[in-house]
Amino acid sequence: MNQPFIDLRDVTVRFGAADSETSTLALDRTDLRIDTGDFVALVGPSGCGKSTILKLIGGLLSPSSGGVIVDGREVGGPHRTRIGLAFQNPTMLPWLTVRENVMMPLKIVEPFRQHYRAKKKGEYAERADALLAQVGLTGMGDKRPWQLSGGMLQRASLCRALVHEPQLLLLDEPFGALDQFTREELWGTMQNLWMTQRPTVLLVTHDLREAAYLATRICVMSARPGRILEERNVEFPRPRSIEMSYAPECAELVQALRLRIAEARSDLSPRTTEPSVSLVGAEKEAA
Amino acid sequence: MNTATTIDDALTAPAGASSAASPTSTGAASSTGPSPAAATASVTTPRITTPAMKPAARKRSFKLSRKLRQRMLSAIAIVSMFALWELACIVFNISGLILPRPSAIFAVLLEKGPLLWPHAMQTLYTTITGFALGVLAGVVIGMIIGSSRFAYDVAYPLLVGFSSIPKVAVVPIFVVWFGAGTVPAILTSMVICTFPVVVNVATGLAHTEPELQDVLKVLGARKLDILWNVGLPRALPYLFASLKIAITLAFVGTVLSETVAANKGIGNVMIIASGNFDVPLVFAGLFILAAMGIMLYVISSLVEQRVTGWAARGNEVAMG
Ligand SMILES: Nc1ncnc2c1ncn2[C@@H]1O[C@H](COP(=O)(O)OP(=O)(O)OP(=O)(O)O)[C@@H](O)[C@H]1O
Ligand SMILES: [Mg+2]
Repeated sequence: MNQPFIDLRDVTVRFGAADSETSTLALDRTDLRIDTGDFVALVGPSGCGKSTILKLIGGLLSPSSGGVIVDGREVGGPHRTRIGLAFQNPTMLPWLTVRENVMMPLKIVEPFRQHYRAKKKGEYAERADALLAQVGLTGMGDKRPWQLSGGMLQRASLCRALVHEPQLLLLDEPFGALDQFTREELWGTMQNLWMTQRPTVLLVTHDLREAAYLATRICVMSARPGRILEERNVEFPRPRSIEMSYAPECAELVQALRLRIAEARSDLSPRTTEPSVSLVGAEKEAA
Repeated sequence: MNTATTIDDALTAPAGASSAASPTSTGAASSTGPSPAAATASVTTPRITTPAMKPAARKRSFKLSRKLRQRMLSAIAIVSMFALWELACIVFNISGLILPRPSAIFAVLLEKGPLLWPHAMQTLYTTITGFALGVLAGVVIGMIIGSSRFAYDVAYPLLVGFSSIPKVAVVPIFVVWFGAGTVPAILTSMVICTFPVVVNVATGLAHTEPELQDVLKVLGARKLDILWNVGLPRALPYLFASLKIAITLAFVGTVLSETVAANKGIGNVMIIASGNFDVPLVFAGLFILAAMGIMLYVISSLVEQRVTGWAARGNEVAMG
């Protein structure tokens, strides 16, 4: 595995014109490599550019300079890496049933797309139902999104991100809005899904225990403009349990990460040319 | 609850826009009467009939009876208005040339009914044709404007400028181009009802959550995929909210053009009647217009409820 699945080289992202007063340097010559089948968690202070990295990899944003290579190809062109994406906000379409929502990617992604209208539709529905069952939503397929609770919707949104068997899964704080118990339950679900399908996963999270529980590698980012400060491999054996996430080794890891991020936060990085404090309130919104 | 506000917003948005822009259309719109009252009614009804709420049977019957009571009250209000009008005419001895009594007007309606019927049909036909064309144009323009920032920047000022032209001023031009008759009437009603549709469709498309767009874009969705799967369904409630306004405006456009340049239609009848000082006939024409306006309004709001029932709860999901 000499060629990484995801390769960010010297990536700089600047919002707004380079010379203007209001421009924001979100990423400054960042490097990140992720191997095929890895589960990488990205942690760091708020507004440091985590979502920006995710969007770069998803091809939703192009870098101001540097290269973003996914699966051996430059992102931005008509790349055909199958990608699944889930956000903190489940954004289900209210006029469709939960099952139809989950099936949405099949309607769009080739090669499923060309079969969607034909005989395969029933087969696709079964696939959606199977996934829903896997996350504990058996029999919920016919419901409308508004009839589900927030946690249920979040699970359905995970199913939607997985239904087309993506090679790459991009998750932006997918469990952020959930209560602790639902969240921990979904960690388990996520781990199972990853272990069975083995997609490459990039998970942005604020929850360090979540990162320790799920990831094979944790990347800590500096304050804006973001760079990867530190990478840590997480060697705990799988399948991991919630108990494990409270075990001393794990607590030690979490504590170390916490200190690193706290450091990054207070460090008004010398590379920051513009005032970074004044924007803190707005950043959560922007993300 | 959210729907109420959204649809309300959607309702006020184009109305506000056109009121700022075009004095004629608003003046006329408010004189048609049914729009504001019926608007509130149609906003409250979906809340009651939402299937997802599943209230206890007792509760439902209570709500139904409340609805019935509302209906009865409004019927009583209409009847007593006519009674008061009749009474005032008698008590103050108002001349039939100024304000004819309702009974006289109804008598004219009965007597001249067969004569008025083809004119009413003409007005209805013109209105619906103009409305259909206007909505079609509005949807197409709204889709273009709503899905492209560039088109929006280029076309929006143009549209606002165009819609701020008083439509009376447009009629003579249409007459020069197409001669007096049905065509200018259709065109006037089309032009007058396009703008609110454009605004609402564009607003609806712009309301597509950026995160959802990202989810689809990452899948390699083309612009057309997003428009078809997300944008258009999302814009549907907005579109239907605008239809109610558009239909009343189309009506205004038709009558406007008929009073200026036509030889058929209720507007034409009213102009001729007022020339002959046949005031009861003028009022009879007014009654016919009001009845047709209410009818078209009710039809379009019924269609709205049918087609976009999901919106009654859906927006809560989008927010959550
Ligand atoms: N579209 C945009 N226009 C201008 N600035 C932006 C835009 N998107 C993000 N930014 C800025 O880029 C920086 C990084 O944003 P990003 O969303 O990547 O942060 P984040 O690490 O995901 O933060 P959080 O943890 O709060 O979600 C922020 O300072 C933000 O203000
Ligand atoms: Mg973010």
